[in-house]
Formats: sequence, structure tokens, C-alpha cells
Amino acid sequence: MTASTTTSVSLDVRDVHLAFGPNRVLRGVDLTVPRGATACVIGPSGSGKSTLLRTINRLIEPDRGDVLLDGRSVLRDDPDALRQRVGMVFQQFNLFPHMSVLRNVTLALRRLRKLGEDEAEAVARAQLELVGLAGKADARPAQLSGGQQQRVAIARALALRPEVMLFDEATSALDPELVKGVLGVMADLAAGGMTMVVVTHEMGFARQVADTVAFMDRGVVLEAGPPEAIFERAEHPRLQRFLAQVL
Amino acid sequence: MDPLSTLWETFFDWDAMREALPEMLTVGLPNTLILAVSAALLGSVLGLLLAVAGISRSRWLRWPARVYTDVFRGLPAAATILLIGVGLAPLGMQVWGPDPYPLGILALSLIAAAYIGEIFRSGIQSVEAAQLEGARALGFSWSEAMRMVIIPQGIRRVLPAWVNQLIALIKDSSLVYFLGLVASQRELFRIGQDYAATTGNESALLLAGLCYLALTVPLTHAVNWIDRRLRHGRPATAPIDEDEDDDTASALSGATEGDRR
Repeated sequence: MTASTTTSVSLDVRDVHLAFGPNRVLRGVDLTVPRGATACVIGPSGSGKSTLLRTINRLIEPDRGDVLLDGRSVLRDDPDALRQRVGMVFQQFNLFPHMSVLRNVTLALRRLRKLGEDEAEAVARAQLELVGLAGKADARPAQLSGGQQQRVAIARALALRPEVMLFDEATSALDPELVKGVLGVMADLAAGGMTMVVVTHEMGFARQVADTVAFMDRGVVLEAGPPEAIFERAEHPRLQRFLAQVL
Repeated sequence: MDPLSTLWETFFDWDAMREALPEMLTVGLPNTLILAVSAALLGSVLGLLLAVAGISRSRWLRWPARVYTDVFRGLPAAATILLIGVGLAPLGMQVWGPDPYPLGILALSLIAAAYIGEIFRSGIQSVEAAQLEGARALGFSWSEAMRMVIIPQGIRRVLPAWVNQLIALIKDSSLVYFLGLVASQRELFRIGQDYAATTGNESALLLAGLCYLALTVPLTHAVNWIDRRLRHGRPATAPIDEDEDDDTASALSGATEGDRR
């Protein structure tokens, strides 16, 4: 998509475990995403997909296992510094409603990257332009459609030039007619060489854009492979049942 | 003499009011404003600290905030002002001399902080956890996220309740007269009371009451106006909050649907 994607790195999740009390949410998850590749994570609700994403940028600390960027473990890094390298987009956008669209994007540039006001604004406007929202810089998030808000959220994450992008059901909260625009931005990003992990219910997107599709159920990756293998030649009966229901 | 005219003469003696008015405006009003404004500022800052301590993950912050709030909310304002004003008088004497004013302001601030802390805390806690997650995911620390994202939203949601507290503060500022003020330090209520005591006519007290209303009523409306602006944004350029537009709109449409049924 832009120069922002040229710095992407590989991602490895190794044997990640996480329990909330007696509830074992992740039970040894492995996921390998080569530099510039896109992994789609599919599976039923409650299978641990969103939690897995949060252990990658350590919004939730895993109990056991390892997360590697570019082959190096990040579990001992400063989590705030790590999160500046890993962009994340949420189902509910999580834009800051008390700020303009522009300020949503410039906030981290100015406060974390210490850019001057003019420079931050230039970066933000360029990023908004790329998601087709240059004209909405001065609007409030609430004045935008859900699809536009999600594209702002993507621009906000990309402005920090992340090395990996995580998408947590980025289109699940959108009206059907708005889904396409957001998926288009994500597909462009994948084509531009960003390393991405995409938790999604959009099987069409997974089939067309993903390099790897991982099927999660009850806290483990039951089956993973190229999209054709997953969608055409699923081996595990639970994956076959899941696909029968969603396709 | 019939009761009505007695009432009229006791409370609506225009001459008595006219006599009290200059001192009311030149001495009473400034003093009330000094007490209320400084206690409002100090109380709000302290209240914000209490609110943040109250939701802290550390029990060593949470617990003292809880105890403080319970104590200062639970005591009568008059008792607190006396306890602080008299109890700390020797200390105050060393720091700024015999003036009881700073202690009065301190006592008012400590009381206001207990209430304002609870107001701010409820506002901050009403901000969705997703906002914190969104800010943390960008790389902001917890305290940066609180400062830039959570607290500004939370406080905007509780402005009307905060104004309630400021109004209470303006009225409670009359209680500092317990501390024995010199003539130039008397606030509105005390001046009204002194005139009433010397003339045997309550009209000056009624005038003091009108002065309080002249402060509190515009304050309420000013903040309500700001509150509306924060909710709906400015007409054209609008760099302010609209986070509750959706909620308000859906609540309203829900209500009208309910009416129709």
C-alpha cells in the first residue's frame, strides 16, 4: 500500500497458553506468519481467536509460550514499545469520540513519536487519504458511518508505521454494504506486503487474501494451511462442520 | 397588624436592603467568591486524585481514598470546618498567621473533594473499557491513556453533577463564619446576618439569599449550555465531544417508540 509496509516483520506464536481462572482460553496455540504474509484466523465464537490477538501485542499476557517478531521474543520487551510496533484494529473501532478524526490519528504520533504538530498532521492526512477519508479529517467519529470509522481506525494504526497488523473481527460490527470498503483497504494492505493476522468471519476474504488460514476451536489451532486446503480439503471433522455452517 | 404585612415588613424592607447592599456587594460577594472559587479549584483537583486512586489497581491507593471519602462525606460540613479551623489553627498560625481564611478554604476543599471524587469516579468508570484498550493498543501507558482518553471523556459525562457540588460549595462557604472572621472577611451570609441582628429586620438576609441565587442559577445554566455543546458539538468547527450522541438519540427514539405503542 505504501512505504509503511516495507518494514514488516515475521511473526511466530509458539505454544501460547492462557487461562482465566479455571477457564483455559488458549491451550497451546502455534501460528507462523512469514514477513509480508497474511494469516486469517477463523473459528466459532469463544474459540479464543480474539484472545490470541491480544496476547500477540500483550494487551493480555500469556501464561506460557512465546511470541516472536522477526525471530526475537518480545515477551520481555516494554509492552508499550511493543504495541507501537504492532498495530491493532478492533471490532468496535475504539476511536476516541471526544477528538476529531485528525486528532485521533495524530495523538500517538505527537505524544509517542514526538512529531511536531505540522509533521504529525501531514502524516495523518496522508494516511487518511490512503483510506479514502481525507475529507473527513475535521469530523468527529460519531459523524461517520461505521465503515468510515473503521477506516479511520486502520489509518490511526498505520500512521505509526507498524511492523505487524492485527485485525479483530474488523467488519463484524458493520452494516453489510459497508463491509466491502473496509475489506478492500485490508486487501490493499496485504498486497502491499504488511504482515497481518486477521480474525474474521468473512470467509470470502480469507479465501482470496490469506496466505494461511488457521482454524481455532476451544483454544487450539486444529488445522492450518493455505486457503485452498482449508476450504476445499478440510480434514478435521470439526472444521468440516464449521465450514458447512458458515459457507 | 395582620400577619401578611408583618411578613412583608420583616423580609421586604427595601430601605434595610438598600442599606446592606453596598457592603454586600463590595465585601460579602468578593469573599464568597474567593472562598467558593478557590475551594472549587482545590476540591476538584483533589477530587480527581481521589477518583483515580479509587479505581487504582493498588489497594494502598484505593483504600485510603475510600476511607477519606467516607469520613469527609459522612461528617456535617459545619463540624469539619470547625475541626479543621480550630484543630489546625496552631499550625496555621505558624505558616500564615492568625488569618482563619486559608483554613476555611482548606476545610471547604477537603469536603468538596470527597463528593467531587465520587462524581468523577463514576464518570470515569462509565467510559467503556474498549477506549482504554484502544489507547493501550497504540502504545500509550496506562497513565497516558487515562490522562488523554479516559478522564476527559469521563468528566464530560458528569458535568451536571459536578455543578451540583459547586452550588453546594457556594452555599457551604457561609459556614466559615464559625471560625471568627474580621469585618472585612465576612461573606454574604454573615453580612446579611449582622444587619439582621443589629436592625431586627431580616430583609438583609433575604438580600443575601438573592445574591446566592444570582451566583448559582447562572452557573447552572452556563454549565448546562457547555454540557449541550459538548454533547452536540459546535455548529460549524466543532472540536468537542459527541460520544453520547448515539446513546441519547437511541434512548430518545426508544422512548418515542414506547410512547407510540
